[in-house]
Formats: sequence, structure tokens, C-alpha cells
Amino acid sequence: MDLFDNLIFGFGVALSLQNLLYCLIGVTVGTLIGVLPGIGPLGTIAILMPITYGVSPVGALIMLAGIYYGAQYGGSTTAILVNLPGETSAVVTCIDGYQMARQGRAGPALAIAAVASFFAGTVGTLLIALFGPPLAEIALKFGSPEYFSLMLMGLVAAAVLAQGDMVKSLAMVVTGLLLGLVGSDVNTGVQRFSFGFAELSDGIGFVVVAVGVFAIGEIIANLGDKAQRRGIAARVADLFPSKEDLKRCIGPILRGTGIGAFFGVLPGTGPAIASFASYMLEKKLAADPSRFGRGAIEGVAAPESANNADAQCKFIPMLTLGLPASGVMALMLGALTIQGIQPGPEVMTQRPDLFWGLIASMWIGNLMLVVLNLPMIALWVKLLQVPYRLLFPAIMGFSAIGIYSVNNSSFEIYLTALFGIFGFVCMKLGFPLAPLLLGYVLGPMMEENLRRSMLMSGGDATVFVTRPISLAFISATVLILVVMVLPAVRQRRLEIAD
Amino acid sequence: MTLGLSKDVWAGAMLIAIGTAAIVISRNYPFGTALRMGPGYFPIILGGLLTVFGLFILACGLRGREGIAGSFPLRAIIILPLSLVLFGVLMEHGGFVPALIVLIFGSATAGAEFKFMEALLLSLGLTALSVVVFVWGLGLPYPLIADFQ
Repeated sequence: MDLFDNLIFGFGVALSLQNLLYCLIGVTVGTLIGVLPGIGPLGTIAILMPITYGVSPVGALIMLAGIYYGAQYGGSTTAILVNLPGETSAVVTCIDGYQMARQGRAGPALAIAAVASFFAGTVGTLLIALFGPPLAEIALKFGSPEYFSLMLMGLVAAAVLAQGDMVKSLAMVVTGLLLGLVGSDVNTGVQRFSFGFAELSDGIGFVVVAVGVFAIGEIIANLGDKAQRRGIAARVADLFPSKEDLKRCIGPILRGTGIGAFFGVLPGTGPAIASFASYMLEKKLAADPSRFGRGAIEGVAAPESANNADAQCKFIPMLTLGLPASGVMALMLGALTIQGIQPGPEVMTQRPDLFWGLIASMWIGNLMLVVLNLPMIALWVKLLQVPYRLLFPAIMGFSAIGIYSVNNSSFEIYLTALFGIFGFVCMKLGFPLAPLLLGYVLGPMMEENLRRSMLMSGGDATVFVTRPISLAFISATVLILVVMVLPAVRQRRLEIAD
Repeated sequence: MTLGLSKDVWAGAMLIAIGTAAIVISRNYPFGTALRMGPGYFPIILGGLLTVFGLFILACGLRGREGIAGSFPLRAIIILPLSLVLFGVLMEHGGFVPALIVLIFGSATAGAEFKFMEALLLSLGLTALSVVVFVWGLGLPYPLIADFQ
């Protein structure tokens, strides 16, 4: 059986001492920043990316992925203990998780969150292993028109399905595409938007944009919000859920995992949507819906499994198609490119160690999180008390070292400062920033595929609708746009956004 | 702080500015034909799209009155980028240690709850840690203190 051979191969890669260490570092750092409010996985991955340059591609990806799902674990810990969602994915967990904690049942809440996440993570890993190869197989047959249409669909879907204003998201995608074009044009060597700076001829550094917008911009915005909210930590007594608790949670965990996996492969839908959807479903299905909001354990189990399944399945389009479905995935693609690996379906055949090693490491990482985190809860609670005024100068320092180390270039530091201001302004004006990164990553590839398609077809733009697979992507894009402007859907989106 | 206009007016104006700038700059690049697209083709399309989005958002903004939420941390907007710039300059002319101390201490002054001694200790401590981890540990090739010339 191919699947098992591949998984065993992957575990062989992931279980090497070095990769285990990277995985451990990743999930630990991830949990840490998940616990600390005010710094998210996007900013952290961006800051730490330069450090991974010296690491092997597999190790780099394993570590960055660990940060990503580790942050979700950490986020739920603070959601339950202090009613403070460390990450947006944990917003829903606050509702019943904190109520449980107030009733002295913080232990079972944390335990069930860990179990639910682990189960969902396991299923997610299996799903990637199952659906990855056939998807990549199909994608290998794509020509330039298919790729262009696929990216168009991915970008539009990501912008439109994400929370917030749809037009603004699309505008950020286009801005990102433009940013991606800075530097010499690959076909003609013409310098575009480089304003005479030799430093810009290779384009704007990926880390510069990501750190500027997500780390620096975020800090400026945080300093604008007076008084960082601090809760009082609940005490953790008994850790183990009762038999009754476990029985209640089997259904919610299974359904949550399914919902999370479904939303996971859709571009743009953050884990917040998946966890919200699963919470609402459990509330609808419950025999006594009034328990929800008053410390129902299902209200913790369902969203926790959903957001973890979502996080894992986001890797499917990234690894098989080279299509980032979220901001973090755009960063992962950036990390791959920096390592000299061209993202796309070839990754699986040319670098099977990378694909299967990463998948196996995610399962191992999930296991580490369960084993490590439950005993360390007290430590995380302590960490929560580190005030932001000590945290943000440290983040500034590490960001600057990280960026400078990429090219030993002060110019990139100045550029980062500019992007920090730009990121803050965008946030204030209600522009979401993840779409900017998606566009930025895909910009050059999209232009390249557009040019090649037109050359292929002799300048005939109908090539995108006469080739069946491309037509399917274009139709899906149009469909998404049409559905989203329907008044009923728009209304509902705004409600969820609140 | 709304400057009398709604948030979306500003948002739209920003997009229009970026979009038209992209178009104007890209007109210097060969446009090419649909068959053989020049380096100016794609950016001009994108610039156009951005301008259209900008006009749409601006129009919506003229009808709505939703101001910009939250406060405007002027201090942070000036100090944080400035600290980074100082870091960049000092990395080239002063060395790793002064650059990092200035950056961390400088950044700390952007906060509302700034405390002098605490910030000083923080910047010294983090710099020491960074020297150990990044310069000695990871071997980044930066002089700790550059000799003045």
C-alpha cells in the first residue's frame, strides 16, 4: 500500500534527531506566542524565517509549521484560563471554555481541547496524505492557462471568503500583486518600480513585507489601543475529564473535524470561521442548547477540533498546487522559494522527503503539544503576566536582527520601517493584510503564466475559457463573486465579522 | 481623529493614489501587445483595477460616515520606524551592540507606560542575549562595536 509506505518514509525523515529538534522548537515557540497576546503566528514566522535559511528545507518547514499549529494550541489555553483569545482561532473557545474555568473545571476544558485538537490533527494529517498525491497528479497536467485561472480563483476566493470588506480585500490582493512586480522583469530585464535603487532590482524582500506589515504595523496598532486587556487566571485543579464529559464530546469532535477539514481546503476562510460554524452546529444539535455559553464542554471540543483540522488542511493546496490559502501559507511558500524550491505539484515527486517528512512531523508535533503542554500550563499562565511594554521592544529587536541578517542590508531595514507604517495605515482604514501577502507571493507567477498563455494561444484571451479545466476555475471564480454580492449573503458575512 | 471625512474616503483615496501612480510609472515601460506582453502590460492592468476599486470605496465612503476607529498613536508611528532607521545606520557605522541597544531602548519609549530604568535594563539584557545567540551562537558576522574612523 502506497500510502503507508509513504507515511513510513515520512516518519523516517521526521524522526531524525535534527528534525525532531526543529519540530520541538517550532511547537514550543508556537505555544509561547499563542499564549502571548499581541503577537501572532504570521508575525513570528516572518521574524524567524531568516533564521531558517541555514537550516535544511525540510527542517525549516517543519519548524515554521510547528509554530503555526503550536500557536493555535497556545491560543486556546489562554482563551480557557483567562478569557483572552491569544489567537483569533480561539475566540469561540472563550465562550464556554472560560465559563468552565470559572466553575472550577479548567482542567477538563484544557484536556478536552488538547484531545480534540490532537484527534483533528491526526485526521488532518491523514487527509493530506490521502488527497495530496492525486491532487498533485492532476496539477502536473496543468498548463499556463490552468495555472493562471487557478491562481485567479485562489486569490479571489481568499479575498472574498475572508472576514471583512470584500472590495477592500480584493484591493489588497491587487496591491500585493503590484508589489510582487517590483524589480527586474524576467523576460526583458526592464527595472520596474525600482526608483533607481539598485537594492530593489531583485524585488522587495519577502521578509521585509511580512515583518513590516505584520510585526511592526501590528505593534504600532497595539500601542494605539490603550490598556491591554488582562484577565485573572483561573486555577487549574483536576485535569481529567469525566467519562460523561468524554461521551458528550465524541460527536462534536467528529463533526468539528469534518467542518474544519472542509473549510480548511477553501482559501481565505480563517480558522475562526470553521470554529464558529462548528460551535453553531453543536448548539443547534444539542438537546438543551441553553447549556451553551454556560460552560458546555461540547462548546470547547467542537471549535477546538475544527480550528485544528482547518489549520492542517490548509497545507493541502499549498503543498500540492503551490497555492496559498491563507497568510501563513503564503509565508510557507515564501520560505520554500527562499530555499530554492519552486512550489507546485513537482514538490511531491522531486522532494518527497519534504512533503512526507512535513506531514509526519505535523502528527509528531501535535503529539508533542499534548504531552508537553498539559504539564506546562502553570508556566504559560505565568508568562501571560509579562507586560506588553517589555514584549514589544523585544519583538522590534528580533525583527531587526532577522531582516538585517538576510542580506546584511540597512536598506531593507529602512524599507521595513516604511512597510510598518503602511501596514498600520491599512489596518486603520479597514484593509485586511493577509490578502496583500497572497497577492505579493503570487504576483510574479501570475504574470508569467498570463504571458505564456497569451503566447501559446497567439494573443487570444479566450484560451482561459476554451480549455475545460481553466474554464472550471474561471466559472468557480465568477460563481464565488456572484454569490458573495447577493444581499442575503453579504448581510450574513457582516454579522459573522462582528 | 476622523479629519471630518469617513474612513472609506481615505481608503479609496489611498488606492486611487497607488493605482494611478502605478499606471503613470508603468507608461515608461514597453507595453507590448496581447500576444507579447511587455513589462508595462500587467502593471497597467493592475493599476487600473486598483483605481476602480478605489473609486468604488471612495463613493461608498462619501455616503457613509464611519470614522476611523481607535486612537492614533502618533508617538509610536514616529518612534518605531525611527528606531529601525537608527538601527540600520548604526549597523553600518557603530556595530551590533550600540545598534541593538538604541533600537530596543528607543522602541520602548514609544509605549505609554515607559519606565527609564526598566527599559534600560531590558535593552541591555536583550542585547547581551542576542550577542550570545546570534553573533556567538549562530555566527552572524557583525562587529560588536565598530572602531570609529
